[in-house]
Amino acid sequence: MEQTLEITQSLIQVSAIISIIGVSLSVMILLYRVIKGPTNPDRAVALDIFGVNIMGLAGIIAILLVSTQFNDVILLIGILLFIGTIALAKFIEKGVIIERDMD
Amino acid sequence: MLLAVLLPFIIAIFIPFLSKWKHKLHTGFFVTAVPVVIFIYFARFIGPGFEPVEREYSWIPSLDMNFLFYLDGLSLLFILLISGIGSLVAFYSIYYLHKSEQLGHFYVYFLLFMGSMLGIVLSDNVYVLYTFWEFTSLSSFLLIGFWNHREGSRYGALKSMLITVFGGLSLLGGLVFMSGITGTASIQEMMSQQELILNHDFFPLILTLILLGAFTKSAQFPFHIWLPDAMEAPTPVSAYLHSATMVKAGIFLVARFLPMLSVSEWFFIIVSAVGIATLCWGSYMAVRQTDLKGILAFSTISQLGMIMAMLGFGTKAAIFAAVFHILNHATFKGSLFMIAGIVDHETGSRDIRKLGGLMTFLPITATLAVIASFSMAGVPFPFLNGFYSKEMFFDAAVTMDLSVTGIAATLQTLFPYLAVLGSIFTFVYSMYFFFGTFRGKANIDELPKKPHEAPAGMLVSPAILVLGVIIIGLFPDLINKPFIEHAASAAYGSENVKDIYYWHGLSPAFIMSITVLVFGTILYLSIPKWASIYNAVPGRLSLNTFYDGLVERTERYSTIITNSYMNGSLGRYVRLILVAIVVVTFGTMALTGGFTLDFGNVSEVTLHEVLIAVVMVIAAIGTIIAKNRIAAILILGVVGYGLAMLFVLYRAPDLALTQLIVETVTVALFLLVFYHLPNLEPHHESSLTKAMNLIISVGYGLLMTMVAISAHSHKMFDTMSSYFVDNSYKLGGGDNIVNVILVDFRGLDTLFEIAVLGIAAMAIFGLIRLRGKNKEE
Repeated sequence: MEQTLEITQSLIQVSAIISIIGVSLSVMILLYRVIKGPTNPDRAVALDIFGVNIMGLAGIIAILLVSTQFNDVILLIGILLFIGTIALAKFIEKGVIIERDMD
Repeated sequence: MLLAVLLPFIIAIFIPFLSKWKHKLHTGFFVTAVPVVIFIYFARFIGPGFEPVEREYSWIPSLDMNFLFYLDGLSLLFILLISGIGSLVAFYSIYYLHKSEQLGHFYVYFLLFMGSMLGIVLSDNVYVLYTFWEFTSLSSFLLIGFWNHREGSRYGALKSMLITVFGGLSLLGGLVFMSGITGTASIQEMMSQQELILNHDFFPLILTLILLGAFTKSAQFPFHIWLPDAMEAPTPVSAYLHSATMVKAGIFLVARFLPMLSVSEWFFIIVSAVGIATLCWGSYMAVRQTDLKGILAFSTISQLGMIMAMLGFGTKAAIFAAVFHILNHATFKGSLFMIAGIVDHETGSRDIRKLGGLMTFLPITATLAVIASFSMAGVPFPFLNGFYSKEMFFDAAVTMDLSVTGIAATLQTLFPYLAVLGSIFTFVYSMYFFFGTFRGKANIDELPKKPHEAPAGMLVSPAILVLGVIIIGLFPDLINKPFIEHAASAAYGSENVKDIYYWHGLSPAFIMSITVLVFGTILYLSIPKWASIYNAVPGRLSLNTFYDGLVERTERYSTIITNSYMNGSLGRYVRLILVAIVVVTFGTMALTGGFTLDFGNVSEVTLHEVLIAVVMVIAAIGTIIAKNRIAAILILGVVGYGLAMLFVLYRAPDLALTQLIVETVTVALFLLVFYHLPNLEPHHESSLTKAMNLIISVGYGLLMTMVAISAHSHKMFDTMSSYFVDNSYKLGGGDNIVNVILVDFRGLDTLFEIAVLGIAAMAIFGLIRLRGKNKEE
């Protein structure tokens, strides 16, 4: 039983680390897209996915550290990403984020 | 005694009120009473049995600054000069200054000056002495610039201020040194410890500083240039400050410290050489002047040089002669200035080329002028005091027998000849002054006014001074025993008694006087023949040019230096600041061996940390090279999110939360602002600037890295975080240690950070709402 538990534990650890490396690689590739562009919408989308990756990363790290403290962080990243991407999209589309005229 | 010194200051407070009635009664009448009272108060001390009087009044006892007054013979001589001539000048000014002038201002400055002059000569405390010393510079500045609508007055006032304050500050340095060495602020106590000062390593510095103070104040070569320009002042001021009192403050200072400093050979060399140089140069230059007051200004310079030279000789006879000449010079020079003022007042011109033949128009003035100027020349008549002191000067120069070697010995043999040379020119300008003004052909049509005799009130003061000339000339013993002797003894340091005779045999001094008379007459009669020498010496070389150049260049170079780094470019300022930080910190750390690299207690580096760091580094570099502004901010967003990730890795959930929100809000804010900005323009920076920027930024980054690593390697104490871990629940009642610290243990910081945010919000609101309001108005 205990042996099973240990194996499970190391299995989780190893898969977590593999996941981190995978996510990191994805982050690297996204970074290339963010820097290279070529247009700003490309960068905006890349940044959005970058955020999603970070959400995943935070989750994996929470598993790795055996902690529930980062659940807030994950949720917050989700909300902020949504807001940020909307703002970016609005900016790219209209040039303003907050419109003065509501008509 | 304190009241006597402060009386002018106290009265000065009431002058503005008194001057309200100046049309009914000239303010000068009130003012004249002040020096008269002081004169009478101090005249009581005259007498053969005079003993020094000491009084102390507290001011700042903890700093050893007290009104310590010491009245010895020397102070008494100066006090009587200040108050006596002060009364006469105040009385003269009643007739000289019209009621339409700003009398209130004039007399306030005048009284300030008189009070500070009394303070200088009475003070025994060096700090009080210096205070009064600067007061005289200040009030003299105000008096010279009295007619401040004139360009010349302002120039003269500024010049005298710069030079005398420069000297005043050196004097302060010297006094502080002396008081530091001896541990007392009292001059008399310093005297008693003179060995300590004389043998101190700083003695040459002290001597230089004190003599600089004395030379600038007393218009000695080469600092004499302010005095001729100070002649822009009203004539009573010239008569009072620039002949009788302020310019003698330097003489007083030298005489005061004479018993202590004259032991040094350098004192003899510097003081007497400067004095003789001033004597010769001043009298030589006086003949060239065309303005009556200009002649008198250079004459004053030369006479002060003579007194200074005698003090420099430091022998018994020379000091006696110096003290005697201080009194004599004050009498005849004061009256000559007043006579020049009368001539100016009655003819409207002070230009000696326009004047001439005024004897028949101003007979009384001419009589006074002949006595005063002949006394200045040292013409051997038994009723002229100038002759006595000049004869003593020659006598002192010839009989001076100091056992000195080197430069001092050469100077000693040279001095009698230079003294005669200076005196010949003194004779020439005295004759030039009198005959040029009062004899010769009268050309009345060229004068602005038709000349006539001055009002009686104006003549009273010069008449009293000329009377003084004659009385001292006829009965020198009348003032010798009760008065001069005490002053000479005080200056010499021990008893200094001498009889004053008119005739003392066919001595070398008498032969020198006759030489002066003969050569002076010849030179005076042939002035037109040799006047062209002034085109060669000094020609265009002049100390005024040097001074003007110095002032002008100081301003110009200061402007150049300031403009060289203050060019308004923020980029440059930041570069300078960073370079300074890098150089200073690197230098200090390298010199003190502050850099230590210790990797002993470093935690293990994990793979994901490295990955995130690499992402951040690439993103940071990407920000720099981004061509598009929005691209730059988006890439910066990666850095921000990466940082949040690092916080997660290092188990700081609160920081990560805050970092994420702040990052998002910042990006949004940037986007808000960017809308209003013009498109990025290609930035034209030279490759040199770019290279420099690169070097500076790499250097700064390197420095910070080194500092961080060294700081980590230098961990000397355990952190106090265990206290928070142990007590956050016990004392703070919370599990979240970060939040307990923020609002409980260290709540004050949070309060002010909230305040910062509030201020920032209000400032943004203000900036947006008030934008362009002023334009509309």
